[in-house]
Amino acid sequence: MDVEILARIQFAFTIAFHYIYPPLSIGLGLIMVFMEGMYIKTGNKQYEILTRFWLKIFAITFGIGVATGIIMEFEFGTNWAVYSRYVGDIFGSALAAEGLFAFGLESAFLGILLFGWNRVSPKVHFISTIGVFLGSMFSAVWIVVANSWQQTPAGYHIVGEGFNARAEVTDFWAMVFNPSSVDRIIHVWQGAFLAGAFLVLSVHAYYLLKERYVEISKKAFKIALGIATVISLTQLLSGHSSAEVVAENQPAKLAAMEGHYEESGSADLYLFGWVNDETQEVTGLKIPGGLSFMIDQDFEAPVTGLNAFPKEDRPGQVNAVFQFYHIMISIGMFLIGLTLYASYLWWKGRLFEKKWLLKIFAFSVLLPQIANQVGWFAAEMGRQPWIVYGHLRTNEGFSQEVSSNQILFSLILFLVVYAILFLLFIYSVNKKIKHGPYDEAKNPDEFLKYVS
Amino acid sequence: MEYFLGIDYPTLWYLVVGLLFSGYAILEGFDYGAGMWHLFFRKDLSRRIAINAIGPLWDANQVWLIIGAGALFAGFPVMYATMLSSMYVPFMLFLMFLVLRSSAIKFRSAERMLWWRKTWDIIYFTANVFISFLLGVVLANILQGIELAENYSYKGGMFFSFLNPYAIMVGLTTVSLFMTQGAIFLLLKTEGRLHARLTFLLKKGMIFFIVSFAATSLYTLVFLHGVTDTFKEHPIYFVIPVLAFLAVANVPRLASKKKYAYALIFSSLTMAFLLMLVAVQLYPVLLPSTIGPEYSVTIYNAAASQKSLGIMLTIVLIGTPLLAGYFLFLYKTFHGKVKLDDTSY
Ligand code: HDD
Ligand code: HEM
Ligand code: HEM
Repeated sequence: MDVEILARIQFAFTIAFHYIYPPLSIGLGLIMVFMEGMYIKTGNKQYEILTRFWLKIFAITFGIGVATGIIMEFEFGTNWAVYSRYVGDIFGSALAAEGLFAFGLESAFLGILLFGWNRVSPKVHFISTIGVFLGSMFSAVWIVVANSWQQTPAGYHIVGEGFNARAEVTDFWAMVFNPSSVDRIIHVWQGAFLAGAFLVLSVHAYYLLKERYVEISKKAFKIALGIATVISLTQLLSGHSSAEVVAENQPAKLAAMEGHYEESGSADLYLFGWVNDETQEVTGLKIPGGLSFMIDQDFEAPVTGLNAFPKEDRPGQVNAVFQFYHIMISIGMFLIGLTLYASYLWWKGRLFEKKWLLKIFAFSVLLPQIANQVGWFAAEMGRQPWIVYGHLRTNEGFSQEVSSNQILFSLILFLVVYAILFLLFIYSVNKKIKHGPYDEAKNPDEFLKYVS
Repeated sequence: MEYFLGIDYPTLWYLVVGLLFSGYAILEGFDYGAGMWHLFFRKDLSRRIAINAIGPLWDANQVWLIIGAGALFAGFPVMYATMLSSMYVPFMLFLMFLVLRSSAIKFRSAERMLWWRKTWDIIYFTANVFISFLLGVVLANILQGIELAENYSYKGGMFFSFLNPYAIMVGLTTVSLFMTQGAIFLLLKTEGRLHARLTFLLKKGMIFFIVSFAATSLYTLVFLHGVTDTFKEHPIYFVIPVLAFLAVANVPRLASKKKYAYALIFSSLTMAFLLMLVAVQLYPVLLPSTIGPEYSVTIYNAAASQKSLGIMLTIVLIGTPLLAGYFLFLYKTFHGKVKLDDTSY
């Protein structure tokens, strides 16, 4: 296989694996802030038990997130050397800021968060929880800014030619607030909150079904449900706003997302479908003119289609982009329905009466995870063939001196080590959940009093 | 070219990157070092204590690597890209061992089974040794230079060319330096039998260090061309090797007097001086080319734009005091001997 393909496979694999964990850490961070905040406010021991329990699971996801993240940081240099030289001026400052502002805050307070219960006062501990949570939020900011810049470059000029060409900053804030970054940061945060909230919902639904730790589980379930409902609804807004930005700045991507080929004509909106790239036809269920309406509030408005671009300037995998995008939206819609219905029952005071609903929650932990992954796949594959949109092609961006054997070697290493890591992750989280929050109480009798 | 306090931006950024990597070497030096003594402790309890001595700190210490690499990328994108893509295999192995090491810390004490703990102990030890060794290997290859041709394209070997005799010597020296640092740190954090055993181990470590240090210094002076040029031109820089030597000599003296906190300071200074020696020697080159000096990566041809360097210096000026604050708070909270409790690994 050639170097470019291997480098792409390796990048996709390592980043997708990394992206299992940070959303969980960010989302669990938010929930722990709420739980511990309730503990500080009410002094109710049940919240302390909950915080301590989730902290253990948080520690595992965070640990793997850090380990896999360091690899990402070096991979730009090892596998994408040309790209790194090209974007270093812009991208480097985002990574450096991330390190200083986000990871420093995060990791220093992490030590206190995990090992400080018996050393600092509850208030200081709470501040550490907030510190770690904010740190993780910031780390998402910088890295998404960097990625958004490659999607919709702004605030730069190109210096030099041929091999020596590179992008240099002209306006720092225009670079940071490039057209897509704000919408995407919010959208990514929300995806992370949902990942965390649904893990909490799932675990406590499981306890409720087994009738274990009933009282604390109800408390935790309500906190997470509140968050999940608000975020699922607003996720639609930031997603819609992102789509508008895509329509304006990356028309080829938008066209791929809906399988719209016609050079300029009214475009349909599919609920689901299958794209045949040869015949340029989409079979599926659609709202005719729906996409035109979403963009211009007019069913007849023309939308630029894939055929308006030469073959070498448009995404190669139209059907994949289409499918990933539609899976994300379907999941988003399903989560809205699910959380709204559950909140309605909560309001009626009947939330915990329906076993089947709890069962759905127990399994739905996977949905935000899948949506997060396919969302990125849609965004990144839709950006192809560009690594920096409109400027640098992916097939020019990889390291020219690295051989395919070297990448194959590292890819196999990653596959083996990550497989082990993943099994360990599942095993230890599962063990912790099965075991329950029992260890979190120093005194078992006292514990039983609080959790019933 | 823009200046700040009379120093040009690339040079300033060279200093920033150098300081970050020194911080990394000092802090992770004792983390990795502690790990390299791991199999020398026989009892499970001792091993647990040793891991918990770095428990709340290592994650924060590791941030120095992340910021250092980020700063290198930001300040000298060409260096970042060229170094990582030409030394692909050593860096990939380094990263792999970093992952294994942090997994070992997290998972080792999670189960009671003896085989489980023993397996992780071996992984943990091995990972620490290879991480330290590979850092030395990379450093040696930077000092010697690699085969760079025009457009920074690398022409050398892919897998094993990095393991030349000099690289192996510097690798071993790094291992011994970190082991000394680690033993002193553990002495500060432990008491009782383990403490006694560590005093014994530290002596062995110091011998290992002094022998490898002397051998490497000699080799460098005799076989590496031009290493003394800078020093001949600017005799003032001779202060640095002298200081390095004084710092090295102070460590055993302080250790034998049981002044471990001071010993740790001096072994940290040793590392800082040695890195400074490398930095002064190379400046303004970052990665010498063995094919021709015109192909070398220097701080001027590798630097980001003046504008970008200026922005990032501002970021550093704002960020550093914050970071210092977090670290003070963290180290103050976990000051003193290790006590195992329900939150320990
Ligand atoms: C700041 C940069 C950045 C960030 C935050 C991300 N990516 Fe990305 N991604 C890249 C920078 C990048 C890249 C270096 O630019 C790649 C390598 C090859 C390419 O075309 O773009 C890429 C490619 C790439 C591909 C392969 C696309 C292809 O070759 O067809 C996938 C599947 C992902 N990424 C997935 C993700 C996921 C799941 C992310 C969530 C965390 C993510 N990316 C964040
Ligand atoms: C290719 C892009 C990425 C790179 C280079 C990268 C780099 C890193 C690095 C170096 C770490 C370890 C930091 C530490 O030790 O504290 C890390 C962890 C982390 N990253 Fe990434 N990352 C990338 C993508 C992302 C994205 C897209 C997000 C969020 C949306 C994210 C969020 C986090 C968070 C929250 C952590 C802390 C550990 C955790 O929570 O699991 N990262 N990343
Ligand atoms: C509810 C309807 C949703 C809409 C209309 C929507 C829309 C979008 C759009 C248009 C993009 C591409 C942005 C770009 O390429 O610049 C995107 C990306 C993404 N989506 Fe969604 N989304 C929705 C739901 C969700 C849900 C429920 C999740 C996760 C829980 C999610 C996670 C993501 C992620 C992680 C990305 C990649 C990052 C990015 O490009 O912003 N989305 N979404």
